[in-house]
Amino acid sequence: MSWRREWRRARAIAWKDLRTERRSKAGFSSVTVLAVTILVLFGFALGPDASVGRDAAPGVIWLAVLFAGVLAFNRCYQIELDGGSLEQLILYPGTRRAIFAGKLLANFVFVALMLLVVVFAGIVLFQVRIPSSWPALVGILAAGTIGLVTLGTFYAAMASRSRAREVLLPLLLFPMLVPVLLAAMEATKALLGGNVMGDAGAWTRLLVAFDVIFLVATFLAFEFVIEV
Amino acid sequence: MTAIGTNDLAIDAENVARRFETTWVLRGVDLRLSAGEVVGLLGANGTGKSTLLRIVATLLRPHAGSVRVFGHDVVRASGDVRSLVGYLAHAPGVYGDLTARENLAFAASMLDRDHAEVDATLERVGLLDVADQTVRVFSSGMQRRLAIGRLLLIRPRLLLLDEPYSNLDTEGVALVNSVIAERVDAGAAALAVVHELAPAASVLDRTLTLADGRLGVTERVDEKTVISLVANDR
Repeated sequence: MSWRREWRRARAIAWKDLRTERRSKAGFSSVTVLAVTILVLFGFALGPDASVGRDAAPGVIWLAVLFAGVLAFNRCYQIELDGGSLEQLILYPGTRRAIFAGKLLANFVFVALMLLVVVFAGIVLFQVRIPSSWPALVGILAAGTIGLVTLGTFYAAMASRSRAREVLLPLLLFPMLVPVLLAAMEATKALLGGNVMGDAGAWTRLLVAFDVIFLVATFLAFEFVIEV
Repeated sequence: MTAIGTNDLAIDAENVARRFETTWVLRGVDLRLSAGEVVGLLGANGTGKSTLLRIVATLLRPHAGSVRVFGHDVVRASGDVRSLVGYLAHAPGVYGDLTARENLAFAASMLDRDHAEVDATLERVGLLDVADQTVRVFSSGMQRRLAIGRLLLIRPRLLLLDEPYSNLDTEGVALVNSVIAERVDAGAAALAVVHELAPAASVLDRTLTLADGRLGVTERVDEKTVISLVANDR
């Protein structure tokens, strides 16, 4: 079956990227430390009032993950550019979608692990109470990560051919991420505020809708982005 | 006389032109390469040899003209072309943080090959003893050998080799020639960018020279040429 072959290729790319990240060591730890540092800096900016910190925590956590995540997205194509591997990757048989799926999978694992650390740090720093409906929180975090990683992986591929990719990626990515970030922040805020059935549900549905739209659109468009 | 069918031609390039910004690197290249033929592409630096190779490999689009690989257009049917070509670039294109074995295992997964082939390939390219070392510590010659190992896994019908002998020792040169000979025996063709004829002389059928963006003189590489080149090399 063709899709099985594509899935095997996607898994191989994800495995290769994650193994490279693990071996290089600096990647995950430096990006995660950056995210926690951003969190702490926001903490200073918000001041000593615990209730202000608690209200701002969902937004601050997502922004910290976004800023640090940009570095991760750039790195996932840098691995290919360093030794001239991108051309070989393009030349392997099969659809370009397998490349996107593999990069997406690796970035999802990377950002999800970083998000875990950042959420834990955010809970401690801003004295956030973990809600009883924490599985729903996990779902929102996962849905937000999917949206963030989908657009991040796509635009990083687009920027990877440019010499100014470090600047170009945030310029392309940040405006496109507004709906995903807004929905993720509001859903997280509503959930932490105890409004599970009302606002949290509506924002989560919106977040999932954006995820689906962006996933479909980026999978369809990736062929043209990576093509020569 | 029997005419060669379009599909029998490994490369059928007509009037290929390509520019970078305002500079035309290729200005109308015509090239026909039959299956089973090995051609050396000569020319000074910057004459477009690598550009021509990258166009045939579907990594660059021509701005004019057409290129077909075994009858498949490199622009309209790039997917079909990619399943036929094996491209050895100037950069080895291997992953420094992976081991040699992991690099080839990755290639095997991408090519749908049996992973049992990986160790046999490593042995063939002389890297089995260092298979579990990360490639970052390899010399350029060893990285080149690993890239040749990937070519072996691809088993292409058209070999596109960009300076395949660079950074290689005598054994490495023999390895490249044996890979070319093996693929040609299987009905493949090869187009190799070379700066010196001597290492490639034993496998080349003819040479072409690129100058001013066009293909110039075609020379047959016969037994006499090989003998004189080998003598000069000594």
